[in-house]
Amino acid sequence: MESIYWPTFFFWLFSLISCSFAVGVLLASNIVRMAFYLVLSLASIAGLFFLAGADFVGAMQIMIYVGGTLVLLIFGVMLTSQERFIEMKTPSGEWVIAFFIGASLLGLLFQVAQGVPAWQGMDRLEAEAIAVEKTATPIGMGLLGVRVDKLDETDKSRQAGMSGYLLIFEIVSVHLLVVLIGAAYLARAKRKQNRENLASVT
Amino acid sequence: MIHLPLAHLLSEPVGVSHYVMVGAVLFTCGVLCMATKRNALGVLMGIELVLNGANLNFIAFGSHVLRNDVNSLGLDGQLMAMFVIVLAAAEAAVLLAIALNFYNNHNSIDVDRADELLG
Repeated sequence: MESIYWPTFFFWLFSLISCSFAVGVLLASNIVRMAFYLVLSLASIAGLFFLAGADFVGAMQIMIYVGGTLVLLIFGVMLTSQERFIEMKTPSGEWVIAFFIGASLLGLLFQVAQGVPAWQGMDRLEAEAIAVEKTATPIGMGLLGVRVDKLDETDKSRQAGMSGYLLIFEIVSVHLLVVLIGAAYLARAKRKQNRENLASVT
Repeated sequence: MIHLPLAHLLSEPVGVSHYVMVGAVLFTCGVLCMATKRNALGVLMGIELVLNGANLNFIAFGSHVLRNDVNSLGLDGQLMAMFVIVLAAAEAAVLLAIALNFYNNHNSIDVDRADELLG
């Protein structure tokens, strides 16, 4: 019997954690528990990113998602969790329909995932020979518009992808600014005065 | 040596298809979450799950560790995943602002109560 290939072991561990807590998010009816399950699920997805060699994106997943987005979401849960909104049950008829739709969607996607020969795993010796390189520098240079990972690309048709992501980077930064202003405007505290004025007019 | 029934699974490297399957589970959970939850924040959690399933696929298709040939997405997959993460943060902020506004005006977070536009 061969010895355990540890990346595979950790893949199964992290995928089991993330999938089971995702199912937990779906099945829980308590909103606070759902938020906690989502934190664990997303954190173990970051582990899967590390195992696929995407160290920078995995770190971003933990910092932005688990540290930023989910904290925001939990604040939302705390601001709106009155007694009657903590537990909101779904009617059982909807569960039945959702089960059938979900099972058929899952079966379809599994069949597709199994059906492509190029997506199967490679040999163990081949996999052990691959050197994992750090990705932070190529990603940073790609965002600045220089693709250091494609400098030696000789194929003319593939050189089109060498232009980098500077424009998208700029668009995303302007987008985040717009979202910042828009969200602050939408969620601002209402002034009582306006309503009183309206009441006095009518 | 102990022979576990699934031990051969642990001695071989995983491929892209395993990652795609995990992504499919997350995607399905997210879609069903969006469809069945009545709490607006539950719907938002479903969206997060869907985006993470898509992200997992991007990372898997771009990984050199799982699939070492020229047809791999390479660094593009990781950059796309970065943009998805950033845009998900923006989308969560806007949706939370809308949910809080709805809660302030209607004193409820139930999405079934948001039916004023039905006429």
